Formats: sequence, C-alpha cells, structure tokens
Amino acid sequence: VAITVRTLSRPESESSYVRATLQGMALTFKHLLAKKWTMQYPEQTSGPDWTLSKRWRGTHRMAVDANGKAKCVACGLCPQICPANCIKLIPGEDEKGNRYPLVYEIDEFRCVFCGYCQEVCPEEAIHVGVHYENAEYSRDGFVYDLERLMRQPHEVSSLWDPSDPRGE
Amino acid sequence: VNPVTGDAFLWISAVKIVVVFGLLLTLVAVWTLVERRGAGFIQNRLGPNRVGPEGLFQPVADGIKNFLKEETLPPFADRFLFVLAPMMAFTPALITFAVVPFAAPLPTPWGLVSTPIADLPIGFLYILAISSLGVYGVVLAGWASNNKYSLLGGLRGSAQLISYEVSMGLSAVAVLVLAGNITMNDIVERQQQSVWFVLPLFVAFCTFLVASFAETNRLPFDLPEAEAELIAGYHTEYSAMKFAMFYLAEYSNMITASALMVTLFFGGWDIPFTAWDNTPPWTVLKFAATFVAFWAKVLGFLFAYVWVRWTLPRFRFDQLMDLGWKVLLPIALAYVMVIAVAVWGLEAAGLRFGVGYALVLSVLSLALGGLLLWGLDRNRVIGGSASRQRERWRAQAARARGAA
Repeated sequence: VAITVRTLSRPESESSYVRATLQGMALTFKHLLAKKWTMQYPEQTSGPDWTLSKRWRGTHRMAVDANGKAKCVACGLCPQICPANCIKLIPGEDEKGNRYPLVYEIDEFRCVFCGYCQEVCPEEAIHVGVHYENAEYSRDGFVYDLERLMRQPHEVSSLWDPSDPRGE
Repeated sequence: VNPVTGDAFLWISAVKIVVVFGLLLTLVAVWTLVERRGAGFIQNRLGPNRVGPEGLFQPVADGIKNFLKEETLPPFADRFLFVLAPMMAFTPALITFAVVPFAAPLPTPWGLVSTPIADLPIGFLYILAISSLGVYGVVLAGWASNNKYSLLGGLRGSAQLISYEVSMGLSAVAVLVLAGNITMNDIVERQQQSVWFVLPLFVAFCTFLVASFAETNRLPFDLPEAEAELIAGYHTEYSAMKFAMFYLAEYSNMITASALMVTLFFGGWDIPFTAWDNTPPWTVLKFAATFVAFWAKVLGFLFAYVWVRWTLPRFRFDQLMDLGWKVLLPIALAYVMVIAVAVWGLEAAGLRFGVGYALVLSVLSLALGGLLLWGLDRNRVIGGSASRQRERWRAQAARARGAA
C-alpha cells in the first residue's frame, strides 16, 4: 500500500481488538434496550424535555376587542418599524373619526419574526404567536389578511422582558 | 416411509421451491425493517414505525417505491452488463439456500419429504461453488457502471471475496473432517449424534464467522459499498428494482450465511438436549418443532449481523487484506492440521465418533481458541501498514537517539 496512515502510537497493553469489540457490543446492546428519545411528532407535540418557550415568536395574531373588531387603530407604526417590510397597512376612518385598517396583510414569507411589531404596537393589537405549524397548500396562503390574523387561535408571545431576562 | 419418487417428486420439489423462495423473500423483507428499527433502537431512536403497526408494512412501501421509481441507465454504462449484474448478484444469493436442510423430514401421503429443496450428495461443495458466484454481480456492476467509485467498489468486492472465500472454505474443511461427509444432512446428523460442532471446532467457527461477515459484505467488511468513501460503491449508478435486487441479494446472502453457520456449527435443525426430534418415526409435529428450532437459530445470527453492523466501524482496506491473508488464513490452515492430527490420534486410540470423542476435541479447541483470542487481544495482529510504519518510526527514533 503506497499510502501510509499516521496513527497514534498507543501502548500495546492498551490496544485490544477482542475486548474492545465485546465492550462495544455490550454498549450497543444496552442502548438497544435503553429509553428512546424520539418524540412522535404529529401525535405528540410537546414533552417534558421539549416545549415551546413562552417567548417563542411565530406567526402573527391580531387581538380582538369586546365587539369582535380588531384592536388595530391603523397608526402605521408596525409597517414603519418592520425590518422586512412585510406588513401592508391601508388606514381607513369611520364617520366618528375612529381609524381602522382597511387592509392589513402580513406576508409571513417575508417576515423575519423579530417581534418589533408587537413591541411597537400602542394598542397591543398585533402579536407574534407561540406557534409553528404553518403548512399551506399554496404560497398565497402565507399572506395573512386581517380576517385570518383575527381568527388565529394560538397563544401570543410574551416577548423578552428586560426586567425579567430569564423569563421567570 | 419411503422417499418420494416419480411424478410426485417433481411437483413436491416445485412446491418446496415456491415455499422456500417465499419464506426467504419474506424474511428478507422483514429483516430490512428489523435492520432499520434495530439501528434506531441502538441509537436511542424508534426507527421507521409509521407504515402499519410498528412499521410492519414499511418493506411493502419500500417495495412499491422501488417498483415505481425510474430505472436509470447511464449513457456511459455498458448496457448489457449493467442489466446483467443485478441478476448475477441476486440469483446465486437465493439458490445457495437450496441444499440447506431446515427441518426434520416431513411425512406426506406420497412419502417422506426431505427438507432441502435439492438433497444433493455434494451439498457443501455446491454452497462453496454457488456462493462465490455472487461476487460476479458486484464486479460486473462496478465495471459496467463505468464510474470510478463503482469500479473501486467492485474491485474491493472481488479482492475481499476471493481472500475470505479461502479461509471460509478452510474453516469448513475442519467440519468436513469431523462429519466425514459433505452432504448437509449428514453434517447435521453427526452433530445430533454428538454435540454441536461449535464446541469441538470452536476456532473454525470463529474464522467461519468472520469470513462469512466478509463474504456477505456486511460491516465491518462493507468496503465494496463503503458509503463514506465510495458514495454507494458498486451500486452507485443503480436505481429502482435493479438497486433493490442488490439489496435483496445482500439480505439473502445474510440469511444463507446464517443458515450455513447454523447447519455447520449449531446442529442445523437439531433441538438440543433431546433425541426426540432426530429419531424416526417422523411426524408433522417433529417437522414443525425442528423448523422453529432452525429458524430461531438463524434469526439469532441474523440479529448478530444487525447488532455488529451498528457497533463496529469499517476496516481500512489494507487491514482487511491483512486480516484475511495474514490472520484468518494461517489460523484456518493450522487449525485444519490440528483437527486432522487430533482426529487421527483419536482414531488411532480406538475411540469411536460420539459424545466422548467430541468432548475431547472440544477441550482441545476451546483451549486453542482461548489462546488465540488472548493472543489477538494482546498483539495488534490486524494493525496493517500503519503498525509496520509505526515500527519503522520507532526504529528511526531509536537511531536518532543513538546518534545524538
């Protein structure tokens, strides 16, 4: 063989093939019977060793007031602060002078889930959610309109609180 | 009850072929699943358990997938050999099993049906001849693919099989010396009369075990397909059913090798500690019991294949050759001599073949085996070129020290 491989020179007394093989076989057999760590996902979405953090920032949710209308007042802060430019807001105004969003769409594909929209919102209307199952049959499905955002049932993110950095 | 003759022999043989073929392929299918789930369990995972209860239909899903996938034929491949190679791998893997007796004879209204499909008087020679044909599939696949990785895989496959075939044959010669015949049924019968040959021929069993792992291209000897080095080795260019044929061949080879080890060293279909199962009159119950005994032993070895695969890392090629030619071959050769001399001595002492005869050999063999394993454990016998290089480095270092 032309190529030689430089190996660590172990003392002869430490090198063993038979014992090492048997030890390895015993080890793998122990693992064969040991506890399995697999989480069976669609049936089981969380376990003692795997839960979503309350600070998880997932797909958005629009908070709804007592009358079933969106809390959003179309102030325009969230599209302003959004670093990914994924929020489309067209403000409207009713006869009493209350502002409301005529169009409110979030492109979840563009979104980077920074959570700035939730932080900046003066009305606590738009939130990022504790949620990760976002499959859709078409790409259009990822542009969430106001209706969709209001319908989202999942919990909202608590975000990171500087006064409680460890989330306790 | 007389053996089956005439027309009945023909169609009973046909039935046996269908049954054994079905049995083998079912076991292959089940074992692909056992392998994957075993891998999972050893790695603290669950493995594929989605298709059907506990993943039982996974092999069916795999089969359907392989049937429906596109058959690729690379433009640079040798068309004829490329198509021929999977068949060359698959056929010998299955027909080797034809001479293995897997249960006690079955009494039927047409006569006594012996369990090997073909009760060849040259049973063992047939196995040696056919099982080494399988390497043509590997070599042809590597060559016909016209791909450097495939070719390397094929070359490695041929080198490996030729090397280990020798020690495999030699370690089996020890069995033949003791059995006095090469008919598989006689080898089993001899073990039923005395003890399982694993005891009187312990060293031969060890070499046979290692050699049969190498013969089936299983880890730690899976150099022909070494994923990390050769993509997939000889079957890199294959897809769909042609790939599945190689896969089936690998698992059928495993089953045949396990069945061989059981037949040669673990008493075949013998049930230990009782003579009930191997004395006439033959009944259906005896057939069923010995059938279960045989397949239980085979499954044990098949599990060992899976277990070893997920435990041991792959040999380097030079280590593989070293182990084959410098360790296994001398051991097997020397052991045949030892056994032949011992048998000659025992015959000269007037001892007849039986339990006592086998026990004397057992003591001898276990002592030799213990010594051998101890020696292997102490000295790095399969060190290969690196160990030789290390000696050179040490010599250089010593010279340098001497000069200084």
